[in-house]
Amino acid sequence: MDIIISNILSPQFIYTILRVSTPLVFAAMAALVVRKSGIMCIAFEAMMLFAALGGVVGSAYTQNLFVGIVAGILSSVLIAVIFAYFVLVLKSNPVLTGLALNILGSGGTVFALFVLTGNKGTSSSLRSLRFPVVNIPIIEDIPVIGQIFSGHNSLTYVSLFTVLAVYILIYKTTLGLRIRSVGENPHAAESVGIKVVRTKVIALMIGGIIASFGGMYMSMGYLPFFTRDMVSGRGFIGIAAQNLGGGVPIYTLIAALFFGSADAISNVFQTLRIPAEFMQMLPYVVTIIGLMFVGSSNKDSKEKTKKIKEIKGETT
Amino acid sequence: MNVDEKINEYILVMEGITKIYDNGFVANKNIDLRVKKGEIHALIGENGAGKSTLMKVLFGQEQPEEGQIIYKGEPVSITNPLKALELGIGMVHQHFMLVPSLTVAENMVLGIEPKKRGLFDFDQAVKLTKEISHKYKLPIDPLAKVMDLPVGFKQRVEILKILLRGVDVLILDEPTAVLTPQETEELFVQLRELKKNGFTIIFISHKLNEIMALCDRVTILRDGRVTGIDDVENLNEKQISRMMVGRDVMLTIDKTAAKPKEKILEVKNLHYVDQYGKHVVKNVSFSVRKGEILGVAGVEGNGQREISNLISGLEGFQLGEILYKGNSVVNKSIRNLREQNISHISEDRMTFGTVSDATIEENLVSDRFYKKEFNKYWLFNNNYIKKHVNDLIKQYNVKCDSKDALIKTLSGGNMQKVVVAREFSLKPELVIANQPTRGIDVGSSEFIRNKLVDLRDDGAAVLLISADLTEIIEVSDSIAVMCEGQIVAYLNNQVHVSEEELGEYMLGLKVQTPQEIEKVMHYEES
Amino acid sequence: MKNLEKQFKLLRITIAISSALLLALLIILFTSSNPFQTMFDFLIGPLTTVRRMGNIVELMIPLLFTGVGVSIMYSAGQINMSGEGAFFLGGVAAAYVAVSFILPSGIHPILAIAAGGLVGAIISVIPALLYLRFNALPVVSSLMLNYVCFFLGLYVINYMILDPQAGYLASWEYPKSAILPRLFSVTRIHAGVFVAIALIILGYLFLMKSKWGYSIRMIGKNPNFAKYSGIKVGYYILLSQLLGGAIAGAGGAIEQLGIYNRFQYQRLSGHGFDGILVAILAGYNPKLIPLATFFLAYKRTGADIMSRTSDVPIELIFIIQAVIIVFVAAERFLEGWKHKRIVQRSKDALAAEEV
Repeated sequence: MDIIISNILSPQFIYTILRVSTPLVFAAMAALVVRKSGIMCIAFEAMMLFAALGGVVGSAYTQNLFVGIVAGILSSVLIAVIFAYFVLVLKSNPVLTGLALNILGSGGTVFALFVLTGNKGTSSSLRSLRFPVVNIPIIEDIPVIGQIFSGHNSLTYVSLFTVLAVYILIYKTTLGLRIRSVGENPHAAESVGIKVVRTKVIALMIGGIIASFGGMYMSMGYLPFFTRDMVSGRGFIGIAAQNLGGGVPIYTLIAALFFGSADAISNVFQTLRIPAEFMQMLPYVVTIIGLMFVGSSNKDSKEKTKKIKEIKGETT
Repeated sequence: MNVDEKINEYILVMEGITKIYDNGFVANKNIDLRVKKGEIHALIGENGAGKSTLMKVLFGQEQPEEGQIIYKGEPVSITNPLKALELGIGMVHQHFMLVPSLTVAENMVLGIEPKKRGLFDFDQAVKLTKEISHKYKLPIDPLAKVMDLPVGFKQRVEILKILLRGVDVLILDEPTAVLTPQETEELFVQLRELKKNGFTIIFISHKLNEIMALCDRVTILRDGRVTGIDDVENLNEKQISRMMVGRDVMLTIDKTAAKPKEKILEVKNLHYVDQYGKHVVKNVSFSVRKGEILGVAGVEGNGQREISNLISGLEGFQLGEILYKGNSVVNKSIRNLREQNISHISEDRMTFGTVSDATIEENLVSDRFYKKEFNKYWLFNNNYIKKHVNDLIKQYNVKCDSKDALIKTLSGGNMQKVVVAREFSLKPELVIANQPTRGIDVGSSEFIRNKLVDLRDDGAAVLLISADLTEIIEVSDSIAVMCEGQIVAYLNNQVHVSEEELGEYMLGLKVQTPQEIEKVMHYEES
Repeated sequence: MKNLEKQFKLLRITIAISSALLLALLIILFTSSNPFQTMFDFLIGPLTTVRRMGNIVELMIPLLFTGVGVSIMYSAGQINMSGEGAFFLGGVAAAYVAVSFILPSGIHPILAIAAGGLVGAIISVIPALLYLRFNALPVVSSLMLNYVCFFLGLYVINYMILDPQAGYLASWEYPKSAILPRLFSVTRIHAGVFVAIALIILGYLFLMKSKWGYSIRMIGKNPNFAKYSGIKVGYYILLSQLLGGAIAGAGGAIEQLGIYNRFQYQRLSGHGFDGILVAILAGYNPKLIPLATFFLAYKRTGADIMSRTSDVPIELIFIIQAVIIVFVAAERFLEGWKHKRIVQRSKDALAAEEV
């Protein structure tokens, strides 16, 4: 028990939370922007997988990180655009379309990897690049704080910055206002000449860009190569975090960190004598429990119960 | 005056407009509309006559199959609302086109947002809102959230919104449907003011008195065709109404005097509070007797829906008492209520009354499919069901290709007949009919009203909830009037009740004393 | 009007399938070094030997189970993805019963399959419970649940029925008493095929011709209407998910006892997701599931042959599946064509009326 406690209280543990939460934060922020535009999209898994592959392949062939990033972003945005075309133009069922694209993400990346490089399942033979680790001057020398906040992969810092960027986008820009309006009342937006479909496509593409960093973090940060199905549900956990956060950027961040800590605990505890399977299960179990807290809207609201009590008081 | 000049006095001409919807419904057939500059032009017709469709075509929300639009002398193609706004045509929709969680100022500038350093300039939006509201003397609080505003103010935001965009032609789609008489009067003052400022207004309505009071000229539609166009002063209400429905509106239903017997439904001290904590139904008591039709009149949204949903079991029960044949039916399952011969026509036939993606057959059996005669061992008894359903289709005059046609391919009137066929065919003892004829054609309405009277004569108790005063007066034996969640009047309809009188109660201008209202419980008989 | 709807649906599915195949052929053309041989293997390969034709049927059996299971679950309007986890854990449960108990031949497989069905039912009802009680999105919760099932299954294999001599993660070999008999010597087609045929018939009668199926379908199409009509919405949602999960779980069990001699899945098998594709293609109607399953199994076999004889990987099949789903789900696809037909009809009617 002591080991557990000392493990959890250690700076390394909090460092690990930030490390494993990074892809979740990206996924959750992508989900948030898309959700605000009123679209039910579950294709982030596919976006992230394609970005993970695109980044690896792009950077391996050119040995240029920037080209890798562009390739990763474009791969992810391509999925977002396909989703947009089918759901918004051809009016496909969004859940089925998302499902189809996730199947495509799972098989298509393996297929593409093989066709492009001849590798089966993993890209370990490719000399792909990684995002650099950043040591923050001054902070890195502060005990505890330095251990927690310094020395992360650069994308971890980008993910936190993304939360701020998404906040500004949604609440402080014209585009954000339009995204919210098409999400809440598309007819109203349309009646003042806002192009509803176009606005939703833009939201999806922004979502695709944000999600792509989550995918690239997996293959160019968290691990140094691409492997089959390496996103393993993080896109979905992002959606769950967005739900739990009620569409508010900062709460969504907290929810993502919460799910991340389940992942971190499973990492820490793997050294203990608990079957590894249970530890690997933990993040998913926690996500399911998290979902239970999101939608308790089946019950009566506080205002309602209060008012009913009031009336009862008057009549008796 | 030569021909060219005559054309120029029209700011807007729509010629030969035909619009066919995807379910094959022809909403507009070769319609011509000519609007003069600076006039208030009424577009009048019954529900489903094609008014809204024609305006959607004008505003670029629907594309017509045939016809052309000439605006300010030029043929134009209006492919989307933005195009319409750019040309100077704005529309205030029946269902407000506002984003509830945004502020008034944000709603005002949506689509033409002011910017500062790349970001949205909220302060400028507030300033613009204040300016335009001052200019046209339509005061509004720019910082209020739209969802917190009363209806009249929401409409004001809508009008200001299109004025801000610099339009010349305003289309108002049934603007008075949601307003109180005071708000309506206020709106008329505003519209006359706008007319003085040179705006052209197209005013859609099906209320004759409003047209007579406000408009200069009128175009009358019936069944997607134009049946008349003239200056309002050349016409009287009777003439217009004949063009609207093809005969005098005074529908008469053959009805003998009611012979009410024992109480079937008793509602005592009923309350309902919604999710937002709003007290929607306030201490309502009434009773309906066997062999009588109790009409509940009122502007929609004054608690009638909640009452009908509480009695029929759709809404979770909170406070009060509901007795059916003397026994409480509170918190009973809907199936249990239906098995006790309570039937319910929901006001919303698309959400509750039907499944649009299912066949007529599937829609007709939804309350009885589990019964013994409909099943043979573990499977459906197809022969019996087929015969039963075909009988109902015939009996209730549902126009369709076959019982296997999908509900969504039917017209509104036929859809409602399917609902009515289901709800009326199991010998109901209590019928809750909520807006049973809303938005359907005259023929179907008359059919359904007659059926209600037949049911009463067969000994059913009928609770008829309707916003249509003609229907209430025509069908009901006695009338309760609701306003703001309360019953404010109880009238015996055996003697004549006037629409004006009902209107005064509905709008809260008049309230009966508690003693007068108490008669709605029929204590004297029991 | 109804005919037109039907015609339109059929056309859409045909175009979806052919465009997916066309895309596959294009991909082969550009990626294979010997494209025409590869195309031949992919398209005609499954018909070249009896063994390969047998392969098609072998592949069909589990998909018939997940296809029917998913049809029942989706008919109630629940986008529940847990068929995958149910199939996997159903197989694990069957493996556990197979290797842990000594039972006579007739009873052993029945008990194992029942265990699979029970586990599957429990899995699939969870997302529905969470939805009804907490309003939790079934898509997300069921996908998370699949991971939980996967790790739970691995745990059972690893800690309870692991054969350390196997040299890889696998259970003990199934005893003879538990295995389903094979029907033909050349192929692996097993007795499970009879269960599958019975399931199609019963599934069809249940879903399309009984009061229970009617209730489920009405809920799926409009839950408000179902409630208003007096149908117990929550009850039937749970029932449909329980049944669907049980069928998927039993399918997983039958697959284990019919095809394999020990539990050796290292990953989720994908049968649950394939079941979704099959169910969508069949429009959730069990009657059409054999056809949809045949199509998928045929393509699978072709892709398998192709991947062994050529340089194009089997994952091509995923691309085909994805394309088919999106096109079949695309409601407005071909809408222009449909609208024109309808307008023409109405105009004719109008003209006739005017005369």
